[in-house]
Amino acid sequence: MSSNLLNATIGELQKLLESGKVSSVELNQQFVDHIEKHNSEVNAFIFVDKDFILEQAKASDERRSSSSLLSSLDGIPIAIKNNIAIEDQRLTCGSHILENFVSPYDATVTTRLKQQGMVLYSGLNMDEFAMGSTTESSYFGATSNPWNTERSPGGSSGGSSASVAARFVPVSLGSDTGGSIRQPGAFCGVYGLKPTYGQVSRYGLVAFASSLDQIGPLSHSVEDCAKVLDIIAGHDERDSSSYPTLDINYLQEIQNLEDYRPRIGIPKEYFAHDIDPEAAKAIDAVIDFYKTKGCEVKDITLPNTDLALSTYYIIATAEASSNLARFDGIRYTHRSGEAKNIMDTYFMSRGEGFGEEVTRRVILGTFALSSGYHDAYYSKAQKVRTLIRRDFETAFEDIDLVLTPTAPTPAFKKGENADDPLMVYLNDIFTIPVNLAGLPGLSVPCGFTQTGLPLSYQLIAPYFKEEHLLKTAKLFEDAHDYHNQHPQF
Amino acid sequence: MSEEPTLDIDYVAQLARISLTEEEKARYAKQLSKVLGYFQELAAVDTEGVEPTAHANPIFDVMREDVAVDGLPQERALMNAPKQLDGEVVVPKVIE
Amino acid sequence: MNKFEPVIGLEVHVQLSTESKMFTNAPYYFGAEPNTLTNAVVMGMPGTLPVLNKRAIEKTIQVGLLLDCEIPRQSKWDRKHYFYPDMPKNYQISQYDQPLCVGGEVEIELEGESRNVMGPHRYVKLTRIHLEEDVGKLTHLGDISVVDYNRAGAPLIEIVTEPDIYSPEEAYAFLTSLRSTLQAAGISDCDMEKGQLRCDANISVKPVGSAKLGTKVELKNLNSITGVRNGIAYEIDRQTRDILAGGTITQETRRWDADAEMTYVMRTKEEAHDYRYMPDPDLMPVIITDEWKAELAKGLAEKPFDRQRRYMDTLDLPYTITSVLCQEPELCTFFEETLTIHKNAKAIANFLVNDIQREIAEASHDEDQKVLADFAITPGILAELVALVDKGTISNQIAKEILPEIIKNGKSPATLVKEKGLEQSSDSGELELICQDAIDNNPKPVAEFKAGKEPAINALKGQVMKATRGKANPKMVDDILRKLLS
Repeated sequence: MSSNLLNATIGELQKLLESGKVSSVELNQQFVDHIEKHNSEVNAFIFVDKDFILEQAKASDERRSSSSLLSSLDGIPIAIKNNIAIEDQRLTCGSHILENFVSPYDATVTTRLKQQGMVLYSGLNMDEFAMGSTTESSYFGATSNPWNTERSPGGSSGGSSASVAARFVPVSLGSDTGGSIRQPGAFCGVYGLKPTYGQVSRYGLVAFASSLDQIGPLSHSVEDCAKVLDIIAGHDERDSSSYPTLDINYLQEIQNLEDYRPRIGIPKEYFAHDIDPEAAKAIDAVIDFYKTKGCEVKDITLPNTDLALSTYYIIATAEASSNLARFDGIRYTHRSGEAKNIMDTYFMSRGEGFGEEVTRRVILGTFALSSGYHDAYYSKAQKVRTLIRRDFETAFEDIDLVLTPTAPTPAFKKGENADDPLMVYLNDIFTIPVNLAGLPGLSVPCGFTQTGLPLSYQLIAPYFKEEHLLKTAKLFEDAHDYHNQHPQF
Repeated sequence: MSEEPTLDIDYVAQLARISLTEEEKARYAKQLSKVLGYFQELAAVDTEGVEPTAHANPIFDVMREDVAVDGLPQERALMNAPKQLDGEVVVPKVIE
Repeated sequence: MNKFEPVIGLEVHVQLSTESKMFTNAPYYFGAEPNTLTNAVVMGMPGTLPVLNKRAIEKTIQVGLLLDCEIPRQSKWDRKHYFYPDMPKNYQISQYDQPLCVGGEVEIELEGESRNVMGPHRYVKLTRIHLEEDVGKLTHLGDISVVDYNRAGAPLIEIVTEPDIYSPEEAYAFLTSLRSTLQAAGISDCDMEKGQLRCDANISVKPVGSAKLGTKVELKNLNSITGVRNGIAYEIDRQTRDILAGGTITQETRRWDADAEMTYVMRTKEEAHDYRYMPDPDLMPVIITDEWKAELAKGLAEKPFDRQRRYMDTLDLPYTITSVLCQEPELCTFFEETLTIHKNAKAIANFLVNDIQREIAEASHDEDQKVLADFAITPGILAELVALVDKGTISNQIAKEILPEIIKNGKSPATLVKEKGLEQSSDSGELELICQDAIDNNPKPVAEFKAGKEPAINALKGQVMKATRGKANPKMVDDILRKLLS
């Protein structure tokens, strides 16, 4: 029973709670026990606030006994990346500078999950300020891949992907600025959804690059992904980039796929890159699957794809240099004990408080915006971004989805390319065009390497067409069992 | 951007208000010049007449009505402050 | 001797009077306990986002309409980066290349030949007006500074003039004109003491007649309207002296010290900021349609100089009265309402500008400035009072005497006059006896008057008024006295 419960999907846990076989406290206690036993091996959580978790579970049980449940998800656990605000919980962003920062407010997604009665687990590890694709830049130590602890779980939402893969929680939230949900999802063999920019409120998500950031779920199943998206999607008046709420229920959308045969585009530019042979083979099998299913699969072109990396790193670091200016040792962050004057307070608090990757990117972004370089870098990148958007708009005129690898390789070893940031950046090549264009993307588990590392593909849909991602992934999921496999602990 | 870019690490670190050791300055300057070298590819792209994208999905006229709502009580506003005095945030003397 | 002339441009910051802040719904008002008007957005807490205050945008557009600016169809907000402890995000949300208002002009009046004569008018050109957020307040205490973020995020417009001001007096005239225009339109209270209106100046001097501008110096901390005049005058003088002494002017930022009455260097050009402007990705552009503009233009107040011309031309009010009245929008509104009830513009304006304003001033203290609305008097009451005078029921003198009481308690003048028995005496029989009495008891002025010294009659009138406690109709007294003395 114990291991069954940990491996369960949200739907299975809902049934267990409904049947009265377990209480929310019992259910959450099992997850907490599992975390306490194994977190030291994975380091998916920076901290675990057991009292906070069990108090929420207790409140849920009380609602159940008084027939005042908030929703069908009342009492179900969900873990939150530690860059999303939960009132009175630490909000570290994986950084020394916010090590002791306690949020005085809830993010909008947090409020929405609380309104459903879900049990929130705070403290998921991440690359510092979500800058990275390995979860090694966390001030609180690297997260390991539950499939092979020598390997990276991906990043920046490595805690979010590892916690789901390790069955610490059934589902989690991450944030995706250049692939930070999808790539760790791929590395850990779980689904990772980056919704359309504007679909999920960013209020309470600590900004890395505001025009690219988006919150999304990581899960064991398409259905779980849909359930969480149904909760977190929708307009928020506190986020000016938030779109009007769509009249759609994603869980309903994926119920009947008998006649659903999407038209799928395969962009040749993505396959011109060096792709790990095992990963390439898995993608071929996926493409064959959809063809066999009767989907129209055609080659397409996204000609400006190769410019995405430069464009992304200029825009993302420029915005980051601006967003991170507020961490200054004055109002709420770490203040250097050495600082004797106001200038020292800035320089030393930030010097001590930021890790290497964050420092590097703040420097790069500051440069890209600085006098004399602004036009050549920042303004130019904004224009090239328009070209990248147009590529997709043109492509989507006669297809429903784009299918690509999520990452060029399966999970890499920890510490690889530590001294060559450019090599690390190049790993994001397949995910960042999606953020630049603001499109929704989903990574889907599709097999394992011979050494047992998860493999994945990425689906990209037009604006606000998340249902295409979920339905297309569900077609594959219904015919395969990769998503049900889990690492041994 | 056609010329080999140079990043004045002292100037940029000064703008960004981050203290760096000499070793860090040398290392970052080296790493970032390689990254900037890569960025050179954008210089060759013809963006004549192309509108810049500042927002992924631009929408217009997002405004709120002018209605005031009480915010954080003083102690909540300052609960993370490194140093405070009589309801204000204390900083080393600022010379104007 | 002075062969140099100054060229001045002003940057004027005006806090808009709104209920909530520019980018979040936290309240803002002056004088609250420190750090009690904040929320997570104001404090720049991680994860928070700004949302535009529509009313603040509308007020800015109205300023643009008042000052004949062009209102471009699209406007957006940008981040301006610099580190300072009073600025929670270490960037200020401002407007860079798409401000709400472009161009425009402010009408100013220069000094006339005398106080009683209208001076020449001209228009000072504006560069732009943009809408941004205010910063918090730093206070220096010994070897520490403390920060209060209450003011942070309050809506602030920056009005930038062209280098189109040529003397400290013009700068003064510009600010007074701008202030009364904005006050009249309800844009801002423009109280400099409360920091609602702040001014920086760019000042250069050049040889008279030269087309080339000199090196400009930015002057900050001009925190009162007289400070603006004195600071600019000092700086012009300093630059002229330096050049005449063979020196050159350095491009720098200086600060006006009102106590020491001098300016000193804050920072030089080498330390100038690299603001790294970028469009704020958290805010969306705003489209200002013609319909919206037209709607906002509807509710706009008349500009003070337009109003003054109307009062002088159509109501035949003297310049001296209108120049005071039109500086005070609240008095103007009161004046016009009173005028709809009783049509004696001159008398109403006189009471407002002289008697009522004096009462307001006397009731005000440094910390507690009163306005007309704080008093009980209404346009109806003032109209009634003026009507009593015009009908001859009471004398102007009596009206002035009872006005302070009416202002405070709002009592009907007619009732008050009755209660106190202050009706003007028009009984000529009784008045004749009193006049005869005055003549009998005051032989000296009588003799003087008869000897041709006309003003001597005033002493007799005074006696009569004293005896009647001011109730006598002065015209009748004059007639009777002359009759009895002839």
